[in-house]
Amino acid sequence: MTGYSGGVTGTLTSLWANLRRIRAGRWLVTGIPWLWLVIFFCLPFLFILKISLSEPALAQPPYLGWIRESADGLVSIVVNFGNYWLLWEDTLYASALLGSLKVASVSTILCLLIGYPMAYAIARAPTHLRMPLLMLVILPFWTSFLIRVYAWMGILNTNGILNNALLWLGVIDQPLEIMHTSLAVYIGVTYAYLPFMILPLYATLSRLDPALLEAAADLGARPARQFVTITWPQSLPGVIAGAMLVFIPVMGEFVIPDLLGGPDSLMLGKLMWTEFFNNRDWPVASALAAVLLVVLIIPFLLLRRYEARVEEAV
Amino acid sequence: MNNVVANAEQKPLVRIQNVSKVFGSTYAVDNISLDIDEKEFFSLLGSSGCGKTTLLRILAGFETPTEGRVYIDGKDVTDVPPYERQVNMMFQSYALFPHMTVADNIAYGLKQDRMGKTQRAERVREMLALVQIEKLGQRKPQQLSGGQRQRVALARALAKLPKILLLDEPLGALDRKLREQTQFELVNLQERLGITFIVVTHDQEEAMTMSSRIALMREGRIEQVDSPRRMYEFPLSRYAADFIGQVNLFEGIVSSQAGDQVLVDSEEAGAQLCVRHSQPMTMGMPVTVAVRPEKIRQLQSGDELPNKMSGVIREIAYLGDESIYHVELASGKRVKYTQPNVQALAELPLTWGQTIALGWQADRCGLLAR
Repeated sequence: MTGYSGGVTGTLTSLWANLRRIRAGRWLVTGIPWLWLVIFFCLPFLFILKISLSEPALAQPPYLGWIRESADGLVSIVVNFGNYWLLWEDTLYASALLGSLKVASVSTILCLLIGYPMAYAIARAPTHLRMPLLMLVILPFWTSFLIRVYAWMGILNTNGILNNALLWLGVIDQPLEIMHTSLAVYIGVTYAYLPFMILPLYATLSRLDPALLEAAADLGARPARQFVTITWPQSLPGVIAGAMLVFIPVMGEFVIPDLLGGPDSLMLGKLMWTEFFNNRDWPVASALAAVLLVVLIIPFLLLRRYEARVEEAV
Repeated sequence: MNNVVANAEQKPLVRIQNVSKVFGSTYAVDNISLDIDEKEFFSLLGSSGCGKTTLLRILAGFETPTEGRVYIDGKDVTDVPPYERQVNMMFQSYALFPHMTVADNIAYGLKQDRMGKTQRAERVREMLALVQIEKLGQRKPQQLSGGQRQRVALARALAKLPKILLLDEPLGALDRKLREQTQFELVNLQERLGITFIVVTHDQEEAMTMSSRIALMREGRIEQVDSPRRMYEFPLSRYAADFIGQVNLFEGIVSSQAGDQVLVDSEEAGAQLCVRHSQPMTMGMPVTVAVRPEKIRQLQSGDELPNKMSGVIREIAYLGDESIYHVELASGKRVKYTQPNVQALAELPLTWGQTIALGWQADRCGLLAR
């Protein structure tokens, strides 16, 4: 009898020890990314927030601290909301936000339109061809982003490759003005972010069970109906992931509009750069960064809600 | 050959004519001709890789035969795509649409046919009732058990009331108890709806229980087409005899024939075997005598049977309802002999090492050409 109950306590003790070990392991696994995020994301963002609430100054660093001591020894805390007010008041910032939203949405849709057929073709390709095709999608990453954008300058220039080719072919007799227009920005952004659309789409499309399409065909659905009723809804998680991966970075994109765009392509990222480095107005630039983060968090939260709903349904 | 002639006047519902399917350099289906009649419960039976699933997929339209034609209802459908065939299929993996409710899954085919909304809802209700899952209409497939999913797949395939229902291992994913129960439900359903069922299975017991006819397949060819009873009692080849049920095979040579009795000298059996066989045989022809374990009787002293032998019990498999005894003959050949366990445990008379005499009637065994 005693032996029996002893056995039970023994089991309980070891069970408890196991649980504790699992807990410790879990803390370790989730703790490292947490620490990473705190040090490299939360803290810098808090600095940005602090700077955005300061007053600009001709100094090094170019802003005043919150805590100031006046000549008569009085210590005061000065928090300046003026930068946010400026963002609100000056329509330049609102139109930059709208410009970014427009470029981000249009290029997300372009990436989807171009990327979906590509991802679909790769997912349906014979197994031995899939890896080489995926490698071709990833290959541009092996060259510097900046160099690839410069290459586009060479292509789109007034006497660049594209215009020369078209002139030589006799399609046009005046060079096209693409460089330094928003069209050049769309081309550059769509080119640069296409892989981020293709990869998540490929991941979902390659997992699509071909038997589902056969079942749909068997029940009378023609290929177009099969796509609308089965393939598309099944690939939605990939569409959303890809759209996020394109939309969010394009919102803050500054290199492409700066190099390929012209005066009409006003975007937040470019404006932020100007405020930081040309105007040396760190507080306004920081306020812009904070606003951009809030704008970007909204679609992300929507994504989370969608994912939660999908998980609930599964 | 007999079958084809008999069915020619009747006009079969499905006619498979010299169909072959080549993948790379292997024949998955090798020149198969087969007629299936209306309202049959037809099974394609065979071990994995025998081509049965390929043949089913050719009927569904997912594979185009390399050679040969397929006719359904007298119409050549060889090149008709699956979405235009009046045939529905229940998939082995069920292939339920995970983003749709059970009701939407069942309604899918009806929607493709542009059936009206109220009519559609009515049909879905009927189908749910038919497979006894009335309350699950609003669930998603992921929220169902394996048995429930199987029912949804069946309901979805039946919803359009096709003339022919193709079933690919319909019970393969169910556990044994559920499988046995569902076998009878499928048969009842088939009889009630009058739909032709063509089932692919590797389970001989399943094929025996459900089918009106079985086609036994081997390496892309058809070994034998027959009713379950004839398939079991009169297998035409060693493969057929061995695939369905248990069988003892004795190699021998025809020594004489008198009337419908053929005598076979068999060294393996250590005796002259007597088989009822009406076809004329050539003397000295090598043959195999096949006898099912349950046709063999244990002989008491004084019992007289045309086939007799004795041996030592080497192994006993106690299965509950019956026991299988492996009896070793003087030649070293082991004979399987089954006995229903009628007695209570205490009276169990047979044990290891015991010598027993076995025998069977001349009409309880068959002759197979070697």
